[in-house]
Amino acid sequence: MSRPIRVLVAKPGLDGHDRGAKVVAAALRDAGMEVIYTGLHQTPEMIASAAVQEDVDVVGLSILSGAHMTLFPRVLQLLREQGRDDVLITGGGIIPLEDMEALEQQGIGTLFGPGTPTTALIDYIREWFAARQAQGA
Amino acid sequence: MSGGGAIERVLEGFAAGHKASLARAVSIIEDQREGHERLAATLHPKLGRARRIGLTGPPGAGKSTLTTLLAEAYLAAGMKVGVVAVDPTSPFTGGALLGDRVRMERVALHPNVFIRSMATRGSLGGLASMTREVCDVLDAFGMDRILVETVGVGQSELDIARLADTSAVILVPESGDAIQTLKAGVMEIADCFVVNKADRPGADRLRNDIEVMLGLRGGGGAAPDAHHGIDLKALNPKRQAREAAARDDDQWTPPVLRTIGATGEGMPEFIASLDRHLAYLERSGTLQSRRRERLRDRVRDVVEHRIHRRLWRDEGIQQWVEAQLPALERGEVTPFTVAEALLARSVAAGTFTGSPT
Repeated sequence: MSRPIRVLVAKPGLDGHDRGAKVVAAALRDAGMEVIYTGLHQTPEMIASAAVQEDVDVVGLSILSGAHMTLFPRVLQLLREQGRDDVLITGGGIIPLEDMEALEQQGIGTLFGPGTPTTALIDYIREWFAARQAQGA
Repeated sequence: MSGGGAIERVLEGFAAGHKASLARAVSIIEDQREGHERLAATLHPKLGRARRIGLTGPPGAGKSTLTTLLAEAYLAAGMKVGVVAVDPTSPFTGGALLGDRVRMERVALHPNVFIRSMATRGSLGGLASMTREVCDVLDAFGMDRILVETVGVGQSELDIARLADTSAVILVPESGDAIQTLKAGVMEIADCFVVNKADRPGADRLRNDIEVMLGLRGGGGAAPDAHHGIDLKALNPKRQAREAAARDDDQWTPPVLRTIGATGEGMPEFIASLDRHLAYLERSGTLQSRRRERLRDRVRDVVEHRIHRRLWRDEGIQQWVEAQLPALERGEVTPFTVAEALLARSVAAGTFTGSPT
């Protein structure tokens, strides 16, 4: 039975620029997903706790502060500690290419930079979800 | 989704008090994934601990904020609190933006709270169709209080009244005039009225209007010689409503409270009113009858669901209905005779056997 994909969209850290996160949240909503939006200034603990309670499939983080090398791995670690190693962690912001690659090595999904059309993210999430469902996870 | 093992794993973690397992159990019920009936059946004996409080009202009235303040107070009293916050699904795309958590930050990390957002998924009564079942899961987990926040409602989204032990209707001074308070619908289901943002102009007027409405409903002010009578004050409907709300007798008159969500003003009185309502429910036997009503509803839902599934997933039935279409088109039979023939055979027999004659 098909069910909506559940996505948590969060903005960790101290920068206050949430336009990008809101654009993404609205685009995912319009793509038929259930988007849980938590707003600004979230700590990794708050994000992981919300992701667990909401039983989301995907966590999308928007980071423009430069703290991505700390925040992404921390959220990943907290989710794993709570038994949720099956969550796709993706996101975007101002993130240098080599950092994106380094984060992918650690188990973070594809990250998207400025100028990415929202359809790229939507397709990416849908394909990931379909592949996971096919595995019977 | 693999069947058996997955449910057992969830139940194991659930019994151990893991929130991730609770969250997964909620998803299984909400999505009606494989094994959901077995899961619900296993949890059923554990129901009955939680008291369910519904908060409803127009968009922007402060439902999320008051829900958070209530949760905070119950957590401080050592209780376990479940929150279910419902927001609408788009009828056009099937998507939803669930934003109630934004207001609930201040309690989100407390170990004894569990907050879950639900999308309505096509249900029109102010809740999602599975909200009641999700509350059952939270109840079975050991919550003392379950706070259910509806979507922002208009006048007739009343599902909350069938789900909650106590329903609070949250209004704001901008909510309308005396005529709005007289209309049928959401004003009738309140066990407790809250005029939030009470520091704004018009709050006292709204409170007044609601109390007059409640007094009129109780019959006060309806005496034919009211304005020729001797004691006008005794016939003042507002005053009667206020006095009735303060009494602890076998009749419940909803109190009308004032709160300011931004400062927390009025919350102790709100919490006290909810406690008084629970005491009333227990004293009067209403709690038991409401819960009984919920169980009856549940049985009816399961039966309807199963009949629906049994009938419309049966290929023999599909083919038989298809075969009736030419006769229907020619006007030789009607939709009613076809339905009658179908029901007479298939429901009575439990399954559809052969073609009805």
